[in-house]
Amino acid sequence: MIGIVDYGRGNLRSVEKALEKVDFETTIMTSSAELEGVDGLILPGVGAFADAMEALKSGGWIEPITQFARSGRPFLGICLGMQVLFEVGEEHGEHAGLGLLAGRVVKFPPGGKIPHMGWNSLNLEQPSRLLEGIPNESYFYFVHSFYAVPSEKSDIVATSDYGVVFPAVVGKGNVWGAQFHPEKSSPWGLTLLTNFGKWVNEYAALSSH
Amino acid sequence: MLSKRIIPCLDVHEGRVVKGTNFVQLRDAGDPVELAALYDKEGADELIFLDITASSDKRETMVDVVRRTAEQVFIPFTIGGGLRTIDDIRRMLRAGADKVSLNTSAVQTPRLIQEGAHAFGSQCIVVAIDARSTAPGRWEVYIHGGRTATGKDVLEWAAEAEALGAGEILLTSMDRDGTKAGYELELTRAVSRAVSLPVIASGGVGTLDHLAEGLTLGEADAVLAASIFHYKEYSIEEAKRYLAQRGILVRKTGGLV
Repeated sequence: MIGIVDYGRGNLRSVEKALEKVDFETTIMTSSAELEGVDGLILPGVGAFADAMEALKSGGWIEPITQFARSGRPFLGICLGMQVLFEVGEEHGEHAGLGLLAGRVVKFPPGGKIPHMGWNSLNLEQPSRLLEGIPNESYFYFVHSFYAVPSEKSDIVATSDYGVVFPAVVGKGNVWGAQFHPEKSSPWGLTLLTNFGKWVNEYAALSSH
Repeated sequence: MLSKRIIPCLDVHEGRVVKGTNFVQLRDAGDPVELAALYDKEGADELIFLDITASSDKRETMVDVVRRTAEQVFIPFTIGGGLRTIDDIRRMLRAGADKVSLNTSAVQTPRLIQEGAHAFGSQCIVVAIDARSTAPGRWEVYIHGGRTATGKDVLEWAAEAEALGAGEILLTSMDRDGTKAGYELELTRAVSRAVSLPVIASGGVGTLDHLAEGLTLGEADAVLAASIFHYKEYSIEEAKRYLAQRGILVRKTGGLV
């Protein structure tokens, strides 16, 4: 069972429908108490960094999500949900993130059109099970004005180029993030969600023994 | 690198796709959800549904189209037509739309752009502009499906929409719409240069070369087309292959191009 965090800041329905399409069970969670019953977690998000952190805080999500990440269960942040995995966001001043990955979230330099919106291709930087079966230079749908700068280069799984080369997929252990919207990136986005879902199912099978 | 987008537009009237010429004479062109799923499969980068149903009491039909589309289509899609309030916008986004397109209501109540961007993010607020040429290098904004002149200058309105928080401009040349004579390139280029938002060129496409022109000479970020795809004159795949041959970066889908 994959839990999708509903903290009022994401296109939950799209994520839910995409996971249904590739045959995984999901539950939309409005309270952190529901985290107990899920084997994998998706944190979606659109909007501003500070807003999202405020919403997570007032919904009582921060500590339970942090504990979930420590439990080793698969965890995927999408778009803003990926950005808040980092320590600091620079959108409208400096704000603390969840700090599950080391690094900052910064704005694209002026010059190009902002937001970076549309289909961009991925450069695979290292093998990962999340991107299994996805060829180098596959396209994904992005909408964002800020991007992550991980402190550890080893946390960068794939990059994209929009004037600057930025991380499109990040990950460490069981905590992963996609800057693009896999739920809106047919067909490879659905492949990524399938990979995540399989991982969740494997984890569930292992932990039930 | 960021690719250029091809966006099929589906004009929806009482739950069916229709296409007219110069905003009149409607012809039936199929079921919107079926067409949307086909376009997704063929490699469309995004979809736009324009609800041209005149009476708002039939709006529920469109919400249903959106809901059903969201279950089958996994590329971004935009809903436009008759959205007047924040609640209208919220309803479409909740039903599964990724963006909304505001036209008449944005001109009449510019605050709606601001409030929409604040509540849901700029990325989901598309401002649609219907433009008619008034003099060389000058265009006027029309509303009410092209029936009412506003006296507003298109370039000024585009800049104002950006300042209010719009995330994208959908620019239709009324002079070209339905003519198959090609996009109005001068207009498209002028708006692309007047704002730093992505601009979607619309109105007049009849050949694949027109798509290429819109993206190069018109400096658009995306091109919208309706009839050339609905009536199967060209497939999305053919269009992408053609653009790639012309050296324009388009999204490849599963060995398609």
